[in-house]
Amino acid sequence: MYIGKVIGTVVATIKIPHLDGRTLLMVDQLDLDGAQTGNYDIAVDVAQAGVGDTVLVIDEGNGARQILGLNPGAVRAVIVGIVDDVTLMSGGALAPELYSVSV
Amino acid sequence: MKLARVLGTVVATCKYEGLEGIKLLVVQPLDEELRPRGLAEVAADATAQAAPGELVFMVASREGAQALPETFVPVDLAVTGIVDELDVAKAEIRAEVTARWHEIE
Repeated sequence: MYIGKVIGTVVATIKIPHLDGRTLLMVDQLDLDGAQTGNYDIAVDVAQAGVGDTVLVIDEGNGARQILGLNPGAVRAVIVGIVDDVTLMSGGALAPELYSVSV
Repeated sequence: MKLARVLGTVVATCKYEGLEGIKLLVVQPLDEELRPRGLAEVAADATAQAAPGELVFMVASREGAQALPETFVPVDLAVTGIVDELDVAKAEIRAEVTARWHEIE
């Protein structure tokens, strides 16, 4: 899963039946600072997310099929939550010198 | 799913069983601003209606085959829809902070 930001909507009349009645949103993946990375995906929304929302995205087929009740189902990315808070340890805590690595 | 522009079609007479009757398209993956990103690829057309020039979205990897009538086929990219309308938010809406980021003290 990853945290992304909803940046747009996609409308398609001609699509595979697995997507019938589903909302498709464009999501841009966020980095650890919450900045957009340009790595986007078109995801099915089951969390009533809207443009601008920070969301939790699952990008895996089996999970997506389970959520949407499909088999087969050609869906990978699904918006499964709307993010309120993210708490991280400060960037310095991930610095390599804090780990002792022996080769 | 990612956006792509359909560039053309591919015809292969001799192909692995299960691929008969599947329309193959040459597609150019696109970024958020619809600029080409990466190399062109070949995708199976699960809509059966995509034509060169059209803006489509496609699903990759194992899920590509799941889009086709026969799901146990050697396909890893499939066109799953033709885009009618694409609405991308303005920069100021994208810049709006909608979640709180904290640091552990």
